[in-house]
Amino acid sequence: MSAPFDTAKDAELLDQQVHAGSLVAASQWTLIWHKFSRHRLAMVALVVVVLIYLVAAFAEFLAPYDPGKFDPRYTFAPPQQIHLFLTDEEGTRFAPHVLGFKSQVDPKSFRRLFQPDPEKVIPIGFFVEGQPYKFWGIWDANRHFLGPVDKADPFFLIGGDRLGRDLLSRTIHGTRISMSIGLVGVTLSLIIGLILGGISGYRGGLIDRVIQRVIEFIRSVPTIPLWLGLAAAMPKDWPPLQIYFAILIILSLIGWTEIARVVRGRFLSLRREDFVIAARLDGVSEFRLIMRHMMPSLYSHIIAAITLAIPNMILAETALSFLGLGLQPPIVSWGVLLQDAQNLRAITQAPWLFVPGICVVVAVLALNFLGDGVRDAADPYAK
Amino acid sequence: MSDETILKVRNLSVDFPIQKSVAHAVKNVSFDLKRGETLCVVGESGSGKSVTARAILQLVAKPGTITGGQILLDTGSGEVDIAKLGSRGLAIREVRGRRIAMIFQEPMTSLSAVHTIGHQIIETILLHEKVSKEEARKRAAALLGRVRIPEPEKALDRYSFEFSGGMRQRAMIAMALSCNPEILIADEPTTALDVTTQAEILSLIRELQRDRGMAVLFITHDMGVVAQIADRVMVMFRGEKVEEAGVFDLFERPQQAYTRALLGSVLKLETPAPRPPRPTAERPIAKIENLELHFPLNAGFMGRPTNYLKAIDGVSLTINQGETVGVVGESGSGKTTLGRTLLRVYDPTGGQVMYWPSDGEPVDIATLNKAGMKSLYGEVRMVFQDPHSSLNPRMTIYQTISEPLRTNTDMTERQMMDRVSELLSRVGLPPDIGDRYPHAFSGGQRQRISIARAVAVRPRLIIADEPTSALDVSLRHQVLDLMRDLQTEYGLSYLFISHDISVIRYFCDRVAVMKNGRIVEVGDVVQICEQPQHEYTQSLIGAVPRPDPRLRADAPQ
Repeated sequence: MSAPFDTAKDAELLDQQVHAGSLVAASQWTLIWHKFSRHRLAMVALVVVVLIYLVAAFAEFLAPYDPGKFDPRYTFAPPQQIHLFLTDEEGTRFAPHVLGFKSQVDPKSFRRLFQPDPEKVIPIGFFVEGQPYKFWGIWDANRHFLGPVDKADPFFLIGGDRLGRDLLSRTIHGTRISMSIGLVGVTLSLIIGLILGGISGYRGGLIDRVIQRVIEFIRSVPTIPLWLGLAAAMPKDWPPLQIYFAILIILSLIGWTEIARVVRGRFLSLRREDFVIAARLDGVSEFRLIMRHMMPSLYSHIIAAITLAIPNMILAETALSFLGLGLQPPIVSWGVLLQDAQNLRAITQAPWLFVPGICVVVAVLALNFLGDGVRDAADPYAK
Repeated sequence: MSDETILKVRNLSVDFPIQKSVAHAVKNVSFDLKRGETLCVVGESGSGKSVTARAILQLVAKPGTITGGQILLDTGSGEVDIAKLGSRGLAIREVRGRRIAMIFQEPMTSLSAVHTIGHQIIETILLHEKVSKEEARKRAAALLGRVRIPEPEKALDRYSFEFSGGMRQRAMIAMALSCNPEILIADEPTTALDVTTQAEILSLIRELQRDRGMAVLFITHDMGVVAQIADRVMVMFRGEKVEEAGVFDLFERPQQAYTRALLGSVLKLETPAPRPPRPTAERPIAKIENLELHFPLNAGFMGRPTNYLKAIDGVSLTINQGETVGVVGESGSGKTTLGRTLLRVYDPTGGQVMYWPSDGEPVDIATLNKAGMKSLYGEVRMVFQDPHSSLNPRMTIYQTISEPLRTNTDMTERQMMDRVSELLSRVGLPPDIGDRYPHAFSGGQRQRISIARAVAVRPRLIIADEPTSALDVSLRHQVLDLMRDLQTEYGLSYLFISHDISVIRYFCDRVAVMKNGRIVEVGDVVQICEQPQHEYTQSLIGAVPRPDPRLRADAPQ
C-alpha cells in the first residue's frame, strides 16, 4: 500500500503557508479602526464628541463674553437673529449684523419686553477684539472667535439669562466643566475599577466574592439619595474648586463598579486562555503576566467601558448641580445653568434657558453611540 | 447501484466579499451525484468543500452568494435548478428536508436544547407531510430505533443534552431521514466524535444508504474515512475541483500532483518515522506514581464533598530520557488533564511526580513550592493543541518567543534577538518575521512558532498536548518531523498526548492508553498498535479508519 510518493517535493505543493512579505500584517489598532469606521452612527458620534471637546478646550476663545459678565439692561434678552445682508440707503451689501433691542417695561408685570430695533445695527465679525481673558489661565488674549465689532454692543445669539448674562458664553464655558468632570471622574473610577476588578477576576475565591458583594451593595443603594447625602456633608465654605474635586470623588466612588465588573469578567475568561497558561509556564512573574500578557487584551474593552461611563458621570453631575447640591456658582456647568430653568417662568418667558439641557442630551447620546461603536470594534478578531 | 443521476452541479461558483476584495470560495465546480452512491468530497481546510455542500441547500452563510452555475435536482417530474430558487420561500423549503437532508459536524449545536428530541423529529415530519400527530410520533420512534438508539419510545421525550455526542448525531440522522430524503448531505458528521463512535456512525450511514437507496454526499478531510465509505471521491483544493475518480482508482492511481501529495502525507503517517536509537541504559527523567486529580462535585454536609469527578485516577507512568511516550485516549479520558497536572496547571490531589533535573536530586513536582516550580519551567515545557489560542494575539512573534528567555536567562535584548532569529530558521520559518503578529500566519506556521517558543530555553522534557490535531493532515508529519529533529538535536524527551492513533504510531516509542482517568495499557508502540491486549485498546485500534479502501469489508479483491 505504500505508493512511491515524493513527499519532500510535494510538501511545497501542500504547504498553503503564506510566505513572509506577501501579507501586510495589520496591527491590532488598524483592525479595530477598520471595524469601527464601518459603524456609521459611531463615526458621526466621534465627530460630535471631538467637536464638543474642542469647544471645551477653546472655551474662552469661542465664547463671545466672559461667563460672569452681566448687564441688567438685558435680563432675559431673547436670541438675536444673524442677518447676513444689510439694506440701507447705499443699497444692499454683505455685512453680517444683528439688531439691537428696543426695550420697555410692562407696567403690569414689570417684565422687560424686547423688540428688535432695525435702527440699531450691530455689525459682527470673526476674530474680533473683545473682553480680555487669560487663555488656559496662561496667555493674555482678547480675540474672540465671533462677536460684535464694538465690544460694548449687546450680542445674545441664544439669549440672555436672568442677570443679563450671555447664555451662549455660559454654555460654552459650562462645556469645559461638564465634559471634564466626565473625563477626570472616569479616570478616577477607572483606577479603582481596574485594581479591584483585576484582583477580583485574577484571584477569584474569597477576595472575589467579597469585592462582588461590595459592588452589589453599592449598586443597590439608590444613587440620588446617596449623592445628596454625600454632597450635603460637604462644608459650605469650601472654595468652588475644592467642591469640584469633592464632587468628582463622590461620583467616582459609585462609578467604579461598572468598570470593575467589565474588568473582572475579562480577567476571568482570560485566565483560562491557553496563551495565558502558556505565559505562566514560561515562568513569567505574576505582575508581568497581568501587565504584559493580559492587559493588552483588555485595552479596547476598557476604552469602550470608559466611553460608556463618561455619559453617566455627566448625567450625574448635571443632576446634582440641577438640584443645587453639586457645583456652585460662580462655577458654570450645564447642570448649574439648568438650575435657572427650574421654574415655570423660564418655560414661558425664556425657553432658551433649556439650551444647556440640549447640550447634555447631545453629548450623552454621542458618547453612548461612540461607546457602542468602540465596544463592537473592540475585538476585531470576533466575527 | 443504478446509474441514474439525481443531482447535477454545473460550474458552481460561490463568492464571499471581504472588505474591498472578493474571496472565491468555490470556483467553477461541476459534479454528478447518482442515486444510491456515496460521493466523498475531500479537501483540507479552506478548500471550499463545506461551502459547496451548503450551496446545494442554499445555506451559504452571509455574505457569501452563489454567483454562477446550476444545481439541477431531478425531481422525477423534470429538473429544478436550486441555484435559482433563492434562500427563502416555499420552493427551497420543498427541497430541504424532503428531497435533500443535511447533517452537520456539531451535533451539540444543531439540535435545540429546549425541545425534546421527539418534538424536533415530529415537527419535521408534520412540516412536510400530512399525517396525524400520533402517526408522526410512531414514525419518529421507528426512526430512532432505526438509527439504533436504545428504547426509542423513551428517547423521544428526552432532551439533547441528555445524550452523548454519538447519540446526538444518531438523533440528527434520524431527523434527516424523517421525510425519506433522496439525498443526504453529511458535512463532516464524525469529525467531532471519538473514533469508536465514528466507526459506528459511518457503518450506520452506509447501512441506511443501502436500505433506502439514498445518494450520500459526504464531506470530510479524513482520507481514512474516505477509504471506508466512498464510492467515488472528489478532491478539492482552494475552491477548485482537482480530481474526481472512483475510490480505488483514486487511492491506487491518483492522477493529479495535489492528490498524490495529499495521499502521500496520509500514508507517511501510516509507517513509523525512523527513530534515533534509544539509549541502552534507561534513565528516567520523570516518574509519575499513583497520580490523582479529583474535583469535588458537590459541597455535601459541612462543606465536605461526598462525590468526586476523578479526572485522573491513580496514574503511574515513567518517561525515560530521550524517549517519546504517547498518551492516547478518547475525549474525556483525562489525557490533557494529565499533561497539565504534570506542570501544575492543576494541583494534583494525590500521588507524586518525581522529576530528575539536569543537576542534582530528584524533586516531587506534585508537592513542589512556587520557587521550585519556577526553576523547572525552563526544563519542562509545553506545546498546546490549538496554535490559535496559545499565541497571544497582541504580542509579536519576537515577544512571544523571547518571553521564556527573558524570565529564565540573563540574555541581553541583542542576544535574545539573535536567538529568536536562530530559532525561527531552525523551525523552518523566515528569521525576519519577529515583528509580526500571530494572525498573519497559518495554523502550521503558528505551531512551528509554538515549538520554537518551547525549545527556546533548551528544555529536557516537552509535554506536547495534541500538537497536530488542529492542523491539516498535510502539515502533520512536517510538524512531527520537526519535533523529531529537535529531539535528536537537543536530546529531548516527549510526553505526547493525542487521540489520533496514526500520529502516535508515527511518532512515539511507547504508548499509554487512557480511559476514564486511568491507564488501561502501556507498552511498546508496535505492540500496542499490532497486538493490543486490553479489550478497550482493541476496540480503539480497530475503529481507526485506515486510508486503504482494500481493507473495507465489501472491497473487491
